Amino acid sequence: MALKRTPLYENHRRAGARLVEFAGWEMPVQYEGILAEHAMVRERAGVFDVSHMGQVEVRGAGAIERLQWVTANDVASLADGGAQYSLLLTADGGIVDDVIVYRLSAERLLVCVNAANREADVAFLREHLSGVDIDDRSDELALLAVQGPLATSLLAPLTSVEIAAVPSFCFVEAEVAGRSTLAARTGYTGEDGWELYCAADDAPAIWDAMLEAGAAVGVGPAGLGARDTLRLEAALPLYGHEIDLETAPFEARLGWVVKLDKGEFLAREALLRRREQGATRRLIGIEVVKGGVPRQGYPLLAGGRRVGELTSGTRSPTLGKGIALGYVEPQSARVGVDLGVEIRGREVPAKVVSLPFYRRPGRSEK
Amino acid sequence: MEFPDDLKYSREHEWVLVEGDIATIGISAFAEDQLGDVVFVELPAPGDTVSKDDAMGVVESVKAVSDVYAPISGKVTEVNDDLPDNTELVNDDPYGDGWMVKVEISDPAELDDLMDSEEYQRFVAEADG
Repeated sequence: MALKRTPLYENHRRAGARLVEFAGWEMPVQYEGILAEHAMVRERAGVFDVSHMGQVEVRGAGAIERLQWVTANDVASLADGGAQYSLLLTADGGIVDDVIVYRLSAERLLVCVNAANREADVAFLREHLSGVDIDDRSDELALLAVQGPLATSLLAPLTSVEIAAVPSFCFVEAEVAGRSTLAARTGYTGEDGWELYCAADDAPAIWDAMLEAGAAVGVGPAGLGARDTLRLEAALPLYGHEIDLETAPFEARLGWVVKLDKGEFLAREALLRRREQGATRRLIGIEVVKGGVPRQGYPLLAGGRRVGELTSGTRSPTLGKGIALGYVEPQSARVGVDLGVEIRGREVPAKVVSLPFYRRPGRSEK
Repeated sequence: MEFPDDLKYSREHEWVLVEGDIATIGISAFAEDQLGDVVFVELPAPGDTVSKDDAMGVVESVKAVSDVYAPISGKVTEVNDDLPDNTELVNDDPYGDGWMVKVEISDPAELDDLMDSEEYQRFVAEADG
């Protein structure tokens, strides 16, 4: 099957991107190099094409109550212009996807979903939500992100409305480079930044305008490679790695997303039961100082015994050491515990550390 | 991308510089470019014996893990000690400061199996197809 291409495919080719398959899409994994792009985002800002992400609009009278039924977070707590991280949960409490819900109005909610889960999500929503329209807008919409400490100052002069005062996890309708967007102060890098939803046809003009403005301040395009190392340093989960249908939110450090007191919802009974039973495994972060790069699938060891497995790992460009997320038995999950990680048949020392691995300067603990 | 004429190349993308009975070994510009930013290097120890086509080390980039194969057999006389703490040398200067090991060649006939620069460029063009 032919890979799908975003409206910025030609822009990526011209920029010298290395294009790879990701979730059925031909996407830029890097331009200059993952480490350079990672540092650029942490120190200045980077511009990402994440148009592979899907967008599903839930529309109609009762949209909030309907979406409330299949999500973990409290949709009713959103005001117009508000966004929240949430989970689509099955009746068993398994995670169908992790999403961001944007409230456009009381009768219009935009759900941003992972590219790989788009079709499953739409089917899940259609199965469980009746009386509202489930409109898959993924093909008509593009999604660009600008992330990093300079993101807001870069974007502001290109934007028709004042954006600096927009709080985190809020959005405004704004023209960027003269094109209509929904400009949301959200992201997946651990930095301040914006995600811009726009018509697919408008994406190249916005992309070019951001890169033109960025060139003067050392801001350029960043690929999915840097996006992955950035999100991992920020300990943000990636569907298919840290979370999936078998994962309960509590064991994945996502208990804060679940609002059990929001009223009845599909997964509520299962979640109460699973919470009662207690988690059989917990998501932890480890650091590995030497002996190789910890990676997905590598066993975690305690006293030579296998106690879990890594779900994502890399060498942290910011910290200069190996970092990884993984699941272990609860008794091995305490910060400070010495574990081992098996790298190419050899046990290498690892330590359980507090998460996130990286927190941007000036940002207080949650 | 450069492939110096004075080097020989393996199908696993190592290069070999022969000086007397000593072979200096590294990975080619094609290999480091395909890997991307190298962040970890593991090399054999001086005194180790390596055998042609066997894994003798590991390079890891942000995205990938790759074995380094011995392009010839012999005894390791020297390793590039700068490399583990300065892995970017593999990307910045693959044929120079990014060298990996020096090996005392045990069977010079094995060198005949390696490609010259021109042959290797054709090989890479096909692999990159």
